[in-house]
Amino acid sequence: MSRGTRTFNIYRYDPDKDAAPYMQTFKLELTDKHRMLLDALLALKVQDESLTFRRSCREGICGSDGVNINGKNGLACLWNLNDLPEVITVRPLPGLPVVKDLVVDMNQFYDQYNKIHPFLINNQPAPPKERLQSPEEREHLDGLYECILCACCSTSCPSFWWNPDKFLGPSALLNAYRFIIDSRDTATQERLARLDDPFSLFRCKGIMNCVSVCPKGLNPTKAIGHIRNMLLDVAG
Amino acid sequence: MGAITPKEDYTNIPHETFDAVIVGGGGSGMRASYQLAQAGLKVAVLTKVFPTRSHTVAAQGGIGASLGNMQEDNWHYHFYDTVKGSDWLGDQDAIEYMTREAPQVVYELEHMGMPFDRNADGTIYQRPFGGHSANYGEKAVPRACAAADRTGHALLHTLYQSNVKMGTQFFVEWIALDLIRNEAGDVLGVTAIDQETGKIAVFQAKATLFATGGAGRVYRASTNAYINTGDGLGMAARAGIPLQDMEFWQFHPTGVAGAGVLLTEGCRGEGAILRNDAGEPFMERYAPTLKDLAPRDFVSRSMDQEIKEGRGCGPKKDYILLDMTHLGAETIMKRLPSVFEIGKKFANVDITKEPIPVVPTIHYQMGGIPTNIHGQVVVPEGSETEAFAAHYDKDSDIYSTNAGDRNFTKPVKGFYAIGECSCVSVHGANRLGTNSLLDLVVFGKAAGEHIIDYVTKHHGDEYQPLPTTVLEQTVARIRKLDDSSTGENAQEVADAIRDIVQDHAGVFRTTALLEEGVKQILAIEPRVRNIHLKDKSKVFNTARVEALEVENLYEVAKATLISAAARKECRGAHTVVDFEESPDHPAYPYGRRDDEWMKHTLWFSSDNRLEYKPVRYKPLSVAAIPPKPRTF
Repeated sequence: MSRGTRTFNIYRYDPDKDAAPYMQTFKLELTDKHRMLLDALLALKVQDESLTFRRSCREGICGSDGVNINGKNGLACLWNLNDLPEVITVRPLPGLPVVKDLVVDMNQFYDQYNKIHPFLINNQPAPPKERLQSPEEREHLDGLYECILCACCSTSCPSFWWNPDKFLGPSALLNAYRFIIDSRDTATQERLARLDDPFSLFRCKGIMNCVSVCPKGLNPTKAIGHIRNMLLDVAG
Repeated sequence: MGAITPKEDYTNIPHETFDAVIVGGGGSGMRASYQLAQAGLKVAVLTKVFPTRSHTVAAQGGIGASLGNMQEDNWHYHFYDTVKGSDWLGDQDAIEYMTREAPQVVYELEHMGMPFDRNADGTIYQRPFGGHSANYGEKAVPRACAAADRTGHALLHTLYQSNVKMGTQFFVEWIALDLIRNEAGDVLGVTAIDQETGKIAVFQAKATLFATGGAGRVYRASTNAYINTGDGLGMAARAGIPLQDMEFWQFHPTGVAGAGVLLTEGCRGEGAILRNDAGEPFMERYAPTLKDLAPRDFVSRSMDQEIKEGRGCGPKKDYILLDMTHLGAETIMKRLPSVFEIGKKFANVDITKEPIPVVPTIHYQMGGIPTNIHGQVVVPEGSETEAFAAHYDKDSDIYSTNAGDRNFTKPVKGFYAIGECSCVSVHGANRLGTNSLLDLVVFGKAAGEHIIDYVTKHHGDEYQPLPTTVLEQTVARIRKLDDSSTGENAQEVADAIRDIVQDHAGVFRTTALLEEGVKQILAIEPRVRNIHLKDKSKVFNTARVEALEVENLYEVAKATLISAAARKECRGAHTVVDFEESPDHPAYPYGRRDDEWMKHTLWFSSDNRLEYKPVRYKPLSVAAIPPKPRTF
């Protein structure tokens, strides 16, 4: 059943043939098949198979299809078309180099993630069974470990836009705190020391764009605040 | 690394060499790469998507291991449940290996940092899951080690993090295209395309490991990600490797009706109940002991039976309701937070207040590339085609695996496969929930260990010379697409393949439908070979990738329908109405015909030939579990 026609303005750029990026307008008659923005993008790709974007799980857990939708970052697969206006503008995530159309080069983002040593460090020999962790200690990881590395937060952050190489960005910092606060991790001081410079963390100005766009409802600003307090405690 | 474009001369082959090339960066591939990188081997992981976007990430409910943290449990129970869950098609040596190793690999994941939920005493939280029981079927036992309902996400990210620690070399958004075999049949590596530049290259390795995942997108309605197109299966089949047991596809009982998105069996593990239009908790009728926690094939059939008999819900009476309203908002938000989100986003349902419409939805492929417990790909010796003769002694109830002198498990030198693309076979005719994540890490580790041994002790520094035709097949396929000026749209052909498989190989199958499906899938071949790529661009051309994927999908579709049409019995997920019998039939309970069909199917792409090989009935150290009627 038709639910009316929508207009999609989509950012297009193929480095091999376009001197500059441009916006292309598509029309799509929505049917019951088109629930989310991703369904619409897939239908538009049938109209024009050169339209390029990443997608995989279509249920908001793989983090492939982060895009900028009418000015706000989000996952195309979780954005219900009913919540969008008549005219929908889709651009690549801002602040990262565009490879093609809605596909950005994520390497800068991944590099920042790698810098925080995103793995558990424990200098004690592993026990024969699991390391024990109380439910209360485990609860500290809630709201942190669920990050899907979609980059919606970091690419909405003006501090990251200005210093994508030096400011780690909200996602990497959220993940940094995930390991700092893990009761099983023994490298807390080293982790804090690595963040203790003018840029890595302290470029966060508390703008909180990251919080408003996170498709998983996580709060990087809060995590950054916790690290900031720990750094100030160490300093004080 | 050097690379060539399709239009360039390919006689001068630029390529890079590795100790091991792993194709696929999901749970099994990264468990193996971790092992190999730790041992200091030179490893390349080719991955179609950034590793944490692999479909392992979508697993929800848990990873099975008899830790016994909640109630008394041991691997013997887990072994028994898995054999029975497999409907006696699983190989009992492999099942023993997996269930015995389970606690160890789960502890290792925990040591790597995996954020499992915890009990008050600090141990890993475990929840009940379908088909998992204590004391050989007596009652349900909590065996699923869980990180809320995000266990796959927690596992995949933890493995990625461990690989970051080890400095594993990933080739992200590189797509393997063809398996390289020499005249002796040894596997020497793969050809691959870099999505970002469109260039192709050769990755040569002493050991090539496929960890390419399942092909759930061969069905129209699937819980699977778009990337699950069976690339490893297609590559293996084209290279002459048979595919095993491809008629066995798991329908997960609780896909969101209409959307296909998965709702974990952990919902029922936490107490959710399936209800028909009268509100009746009907699973009590079908499975008096395990009820809603019977294995998936059993529950899916029961649901479809309810719908068939007119007790489905909704205006079209075409779905079942999953009721969680009695669990309480607190439990739901703590144990099933993602299910809550999915309900809201994909069904407009607040699961704390109302039940959610579900239908059995394709979820998992039990079959795959045949392997042994070391992950080595194994094929029948020689090319004999005589039919496999079953040796079943009805009096002694003993099934002998003696099928003459033929060796059915000859390793293909240099070739390994693990995870959903493989068939070892631990899942047989029906996988138990939580055994999938377990399969990934157990056999990821086992293959890693075997490859280390193979590369360091037996293979030395020698790389075999590549065949002169190494790139021919790959380049021909890419050129054909690049030169195409008319023809079929790739997605339309893929959808046609999906429709055929969906409509002919469902929960309840019939001989007539399966035979019609075979006819249709063979008839569609000209369309598959006549795909027109309109977009010829080089940079990040996803249309080209999707066109190449269709060829892989097609191999899977043929394997599925041809294998299914030939199996004249009901076993696990393969239920053919023509062969259905009652549960208490003296020889064929539920229509399972052990005297003739307790054997694995092997499908060969070259001539659509089927061969059969015996089930490995003898475990490694314990007594075999003899076949019996499968009631729950």
